[in-house]
Amino acid sequence: MIEVRELTKSYGPTVAVNKVSFDAHAGEVLGFLGPNGAGKTTTMRILTCYLSADAGSATVAGYDVFEASVEVRKRIGYLPESAPLYTDMGVLEYLNFMTQVRQLPKSERKERIRSVIDTCGLAGVIQKDIGELSKGYRQRLGLAQSLIHDPPILILDEPTSGLDPSQIIEIRNLIRDIGQEKLVLFSTHILSEVSATCNRVLIINNGKIVANGTPDELVSQAKGEEIVHIAIRGPQEEVEAQLSELDFVSQWTHAETTDGIAAYQINATQERNAAEELFHVVVQNGWSLTELRKESADLEDVFLNLTDKEYTQTQSQQSAEQADDINDNDDA
Amino acid sequence: MTNIAAIFKKEFRSYFNSPIAYIFITFFLGLSSWLFFRGFFLRNQAEMRDFFVFMPWIFMFFIPAVTMKLWAEEKKIGTIEILMTLPIRDYEVVLGKFFASFALLAVTVLLSLVIPLSVMYVGDPDGGIIITGYIGLLLMGGAYLAIGLCASTLTENQIIAFIFGIFTCFVLLIIGTDFVLYNAPDWLFPIFSYLGLGSHYSSILRGVLDSRDIIYYLSVIGFFLYLSTLAVESRKWR
Repeated sequence: MIEVRELTKSYGPTVAVNKVSFDAHAGEVLGFLGPNGAGKTTTMRILTCYLSADAGSATVAGYDVFEASVEVRKRIGYLPESAPLYTDMGVLEYLNFMTQVRQLPKSERKERIRSVIDTCGLAGVIQKDIGELSKGYRQRLGLAQSLIHDPPILILDEPTSGLDPSQIIEIRNLIRDIGQEKLVLFSTHILSEVSATCNRVLIINNGKIVANGTPDELVSQAKGEEIVHIAIRGPQEEVEAQLSELDFVSQWTHAETTDGIAAYQINATQERNAAEELFHVVVQNGWSLTELRKESADLEDVFLNLTDKEYTQTQSQQSAEQADDINDNDDA
Repeated sequence: MTNIAAIFKKEFRSYFNSPIAYIFITFFLGLSSWLFFRGFFLRNQAEMRDFFVFMPWIFMFFIPAVTMKLWAEEKKIGTIEILMTLPIRDYEVVLGKFFASFALLAVTVLLSLVIPLSVMYVGDPDGGIIITGYIGLLLMGGAYLAIGLCASTLTENQIIAFIFGIFTCFVLLIIGTDFVLYNAPDWLFPIFSYLGLGSHYSSILRGVLDSRDIIYYLSVIGFFLYLSTLAVESRKWR
């Protein structure tokens, strides 16, 4: 339903979205994951026809976002980041306004309003002004607004930001329910959210898609190596010599030694069960094993692997600049 | 058309949902009545000329205040992102907002009819001049509204929109005044006197409703609404 090809958009010299391509289909909940400023919002704004791309193409439900933008907009429900709403309007008044600008037939308007009030749990606040609503209710009203015309495609920009844990769970359940038959594309920078709700994940960093797949696929892709933590009581030199000889150990580092127990972190290739082999080695040599633990890769590692390099670079740059500043101040 | 109507209704109600409309109407009527009746009894003439003469200057401050929020607020709180991703064309939103502000102006101007009514009560003014004067007021007010709306599309700060609106109205108003005209280079004289908002208004004040003046005001409105649409669209390629 959504086809994006080589989409590019820059703001002046900064490239916000850089040759992004992906597909999405009905019945999918697609998570858009990335650090802040990665280009998630810009991509969504292009898909919703709020912005135009510099290059590339995007089709939504068969319509081009540049050429048939009104047709595209009819088929999309969009909730921008932090749910901007008219604070001087009443809740019902607002929903009513949305049915008008969405050109719903008069006979269906009441029915649709009732239905989104139900789905989004707004029944308690319909008499209030939007200005009086709490953050959670505003988010729900924003969601209600995006659902009012029963669109086949729903685009939500950080729908759970600023909500409390129970509200987050509610919204996630809602997204999952809606995703049964519609296409839901939502962005987040919270990792657990993705594994909890999405069928598919797009990880985007610095405007580029760096990973695309189901959460499980991504995790197994990331598992090139296994990391095993081991602590051994025994003659340290012998242990280390033995570790270097093992063919499945690609690298080991000595973490610490306390009370004669040496702890190591071992990177092992995946062909063999490293933990088991290590156990045998320890037993054969008559040492004693005090800890043996396998580190399991999860989405968080995938995410950090794919996005962290540049993040740490900018961080170290910043701290270097800060250090310079401090030095300058000292000189003064 | 239904889209324009929906935007119009929403904006018009929003004026009356907030204190803006009430404050605007009260202060406008209060100020204009006081300014008018202050000199009215001294002159002891049953005519409205004074009222129409100072109106462009009052409008200059009041009208940008009505239009300043129309786009700036949407940008500031981000509602523009929902609004402009609805299946509505940009110009329909611009027109809906313009008509809403025009309706508020029309209500206000209509309420100010108490002034000519009181003048009629105490004397016998020329009704024709009053009618053309009021038509002129609406045309000129419409032009100011289009300018103010355009100023509001350029910024997310309402104060800047307000001041920018006043400034543009001011410039367009004074280039048609005698003072500027006679100090300007000769070749600018016809341009200024044609473009000046005031020069067309003064012929209406004489009771002459010339189609050229009406066309002039309608084109100013059209021009600034077109600029507003461009400015709204410019979000896409910036």
